[in-house]
Amino acid sequence: MNQPSAALPHHGILSLEQKMHWRIAWISTVDHKRLGILYMLTGLFFFVVGGIEALFIRLQLAIPNNKLIAPDTFNQLFTMHGTTMLFLVVMPVMFGLANYFIPLQVGARDMAFPRLNALGYWLVPFGGILLHFSVLAGGAPAVGWFAYAPLNETPYSSQLGVDYWALALLVMGIGSVSTSINIIATVLCMRGPGMTLRRLPLFTWINFVNSFIVILAIPVLNAALVMLLIDRRLAAHFFLPSGGGSAIMWQHIFWAFGHPEVYILALPAFGIISEVIPVFSRKPIFGYEFVAGSSVAIGLLSFGVWAHHMFTVGMGRAADTFFAFSSMLIAIPTGVKVLNWSVTMLGGRIRFTTAMLFCIAFLIQFTCGGLSGISHAIVPLDWQTKNSYYLIAHFHFIAVGGIVFAVFAALYYWFPKISGRMLSERLGRWTFWLMVIGFNMTFIIQHVLGLAGMPRRVYTYPDLPGWGWMNMVSTIGAFFMAVAALVFVYNLINSMFRGAPAGDNPWNAWTLEWATTSPPPHENFHALPPIHSRRPLWDLANPDRPDPVVGPHGKVDAVTLEKNKTGVLAFILSEAGFFGVLILAFLFYNANPQPGPGPKELNLLKTGIFSLCLFASSFTIWRSEVALHREQHRMMKLWLALTILLGGIFLIGQGLEYWGLFKSGISVSSNLFSTTFFTLTGFHGIHVGIGLIVLLIVLAMALAGDFEKKKSTALEAVSFYWHFVDVVWVFVLTVVYILPRLR
Amino acid sequence: MMMKDALISTITSFAPEAPGTHAIVGLWAFSIVVFTLIFAVVVGIIVYSLMRFRWREGEPDPEQIAGNKKVEIIWTVIPFLIVTVLFALTVRTMGLSDPPPAPEPDLIVIGHQWWWEVQYPKSGVITANEIHIPVGKALSVRLDAADVLHEFWVPELARKMTTVPGHPNHIWVEADKPGTYLGVCSEFCGTEHAWMRFLVIADPPEKFAEWEKAQLAPATPPTGEAAQGLALFKQMSCVNCHAINGTPANARVAPDLTHFASRTQFGSGIAANTPENVRRWFQNPQQVKPGVLMPNFKFTDEQVNELVAYFETLK
Repeated sequence: MNQPSAALPHHGILSLEQKMHWRIAWISTVDHKRLGILYMLTGLFFFVVGGIEALFIRLQLAIPNNKLIAPDTFNQLFTMHGTTMLFLVVMPVMFGLANYFIPLQVGARDMAFPRLNALGYWLVPFGGILLHFSVLAGGAPAVGWFAYAPLNETPYSSQLGVDYWALALLVMGIGSVSTSINIIATVLCMRGPGMTLRRLPLFTWINFVNSFIVILAIPVLNAALVMLLIDRRLAAHFFLPSGGGSAIMWQHIFWAFGHPEVYILALPAFGIISEVIPVFSRKPIFGYEFVAGSSVAIGLLSFGVWAHHMFTVGMGRAADTFFAFSSMLIAIPTGVKVLNWSVTMLGGRIRFTTAMLFCIAFLIQFTCGGLSGISHAIVPLDWQTKNSYYLIAHFHFIAVGGIVFAVFAALYYWFPKISGRMLSERLGRWTFWLMVIGFNMTFIIQHVLGLAGMPRRVYTYPDLPGWGWMNMVSTIGAFFMAVAALVFVYNLINSMFRGAPAGDNPWNAWTLEWATTSPPPHENFHALPPIHSRRPLWDLANPDRPDPVVGPHGKVDAVTLEKNKTGVLAFILSEAGFFGVLILAFLFYNANPQPGPGPKELNLLKTGIFSLCLFASSFTIWRSEVALHREQHRMMKLWLALTILLGGIFLIGQGLEYWGLFKSGISVSSNLFSTTFFTLTGFHGIHVGIGLIVLLIVLAMALAGDFEKKKSTALEAVSFYWHFVDVVWVFVLTVVYILPRLR
Repeated sequence: MMMKDALISTITSFAPEAPGTHAIVGLWAFSIVVFTLIFAVVVGIIVYSLMRFRWREGEPDPEQIAGNKKVEIIWTVIPFLIVTVLFALTVRTMGLSDPPPAPEPDLIVIGHQWWWEVQYPKSGVITANEIHIPVGKALSVRLDAADVLHEFWVPELARKMTTVPGHPNHIWVEADKPGTYLGVCSEFCGTEHAWMRFLVIADPPEKFAEWEKAQLAPATPPTGEAAQGLALFKQMSCVNCHAINGTPANARVAPDLTHFASRTQFGSGIAANTPENVRRWFQNPQQVKPGVLMPNFKFTDEQVNELVAYFETLK
């Protein structure tokens, strides 16, 4: 298994003709491996940017009463550091790894939607540029990465920084959702023969679970961001208490995204650890089902714990108690994972490669971070530690000691597969020890600083006993980590060109990505090995003692899913989250009658008639599908055209309603009713409009005879979306037009 | 803060001086023991494996153990029991460290960008950034915000609590012993969040009563250079933001200055209240506290002298 592959080209990851056209080849690529590499390089670039920001933060805090950096600059630095590290470093790197290795691990040629994949990637640099453009447009955002209201509102942050921040997160959020839809469709629809869901490698399985968290959580953020932008650009008052809005509502919506986001970042790290520890312990993972199942449990629980970020805003005893319990519960599946990883090493043959060293450090640091996490769920302790350096230390134990260490493990483990060359283990050890020493120097002492009363996000602090030297230790540690990062980048570049050839399977690993050449050919595999268990390459190498066969799990693995429908269904799930937030926001902001325009301005009869047109269009598109099924192509086109007509009438009706309201002086910023009304119905209208455009494209395809030549699922896919838009309107009609009349 | 040498006393969260914070520290002690035990178990397994099960070139792969359901159930149930205990203690300590508010607050604290307004509704005293309290009496404190979110945190005396505009919150503050306790704003609130510090000064009840009486008195009319300072104060736009009892100035946008000279610090902790520092402030507040909402009035040296002289009279 370890012989160098004959197919390994000596010119590295580029073939000759690729070398001649490398720029366009990389810019126009839709290959999952190249997109994976682009994702990771983008992440690495921003890791350097975010790291330099962190060093400036630590320099300013090295001594008390320091005047190195002006207050507003410091506030911009920590806002950009947080935003960059979460959205432009960890998410892209994790998506990069998922992109590169999921198709390989499931034995597919590529992701389900290669072009969507390219879109998802390119939205990351686009978002990164938008975010950093704010620096030229009057200053970066200076509100912290969760931009609490009302500081994020125009009266308190009048510069454009917050607008660019919101736009950048929207853009990147759309990219993340598209990539996650792609991962879901790839895992469900693109698996090679024999690769049942129960035989998936844990990295793939956990990323699959994670993708559901992404498509459900990111739309919640998107809803918060559009509400914020409507406040800022259209003078509305969602989150501005002086205009009747609610500052606390921002926190609820943001953390309903924000806490799942923590798991969006952490779960892929769990996936990495679950791959690397077994390989270097020479044993299968202990309790595969429990590691997989606990990921699902974490995914589900992660949506019910958000308000543990809000124990100090005065939610009341009942809410505090509920969220304390749900947050403590999440420690159980996490603890189960840590024990499974640890016990995997028991009775193994542990190889101290750099990848394994980072996994071991991960286990210890992550356990510390997990335990200090529980101290935040213990509400009275949180009442002291919240917003202090203790909290900073806690989440850096998760984000650096957990996630970044796992990424280092992943890169040392998979770099040989990506590049065909080994990373230097000697430099790897330097990186490891510098990183571990620097990390612990930086963050252990911050627990003490927090308990001593140092709040987060202060640009300086008075010279209180002990504060000076503790901060100095922390700063010195940060520079150790910077050196570690430099050594790592040098190792990457140097090994890329001069590393020892890796061969197909340098670690004697067992999952499918190691069954092909390093780097893999464009089509990934020439032939797949037989798959009967979770470790096909173990079975191949140990015919005398293969893993027990993992049977298919009844119907789940028998169903073959079609990727277009799967993709659209995942997209609908995601959109449901977005509209869910807008509908809840409407209910919340209209719970009490308010002065100014209200539901009485709306004409239920007119809207009812236009609504009937929309509902009828669900029927017509269904008839169109039936006609296509019966191969009555003329009827299909007629029903489709009728659908478009009905949808158009609905939009015109909505336009007329808006026009009437505008004429009577009601605009988005009139009061909270008009704000929520225009936001909810407006976004629904935009979705109807997009649906119409897609329907027109399908009609054009039909007129060009596409459906007669080959079987296409385009109509089915768009009809799912169209039905969804109608269902949303049922809710909107009920909540906006009918419910207020019943009061 | 009382200067104590031991490291533990610098960790103010662990140096409770009130019944509420005593309860929190008790829960800390228990939790730390639990955390240490869990950590020891995990690290024990890892270290044992690392020492006992090393890979050597050429050795065959070990026995392939893929899991054990019984073990999994055990280590799901035990954490659940631990969590249940911690939860029960959490609920209990929440009650002890944060009882429901009194019907009428003894103290109203309002967060502003970047200072604290302090009102004593029962006596009518209004001051800023230095909160005097009588020792041994639990005070019901209402927390409010004038602009953005702030957070009231005195680690030794009380739980922390966000001040939210349009959503008054409540805490209890009490000090067992006389002393000066440091407080900070711990929720990021804009440019000068770092300098939104305050002091809680706990005095014996008699001393507190004296202080309260002194605070209620209006400012004494100044004479000489100080009178020039008052004239300047009235003539410039100072009165648009500040209040001084006994003069026409009664705005509540910025700190009440009636007894400015009785405070030990100004600028929410950025400087000690000495004539020299006050002079620097008048010369250019933006230099002392960049971003502070008070503009640079570009006073002449003579005007600065008059203002400093006047402020020295505001005992």
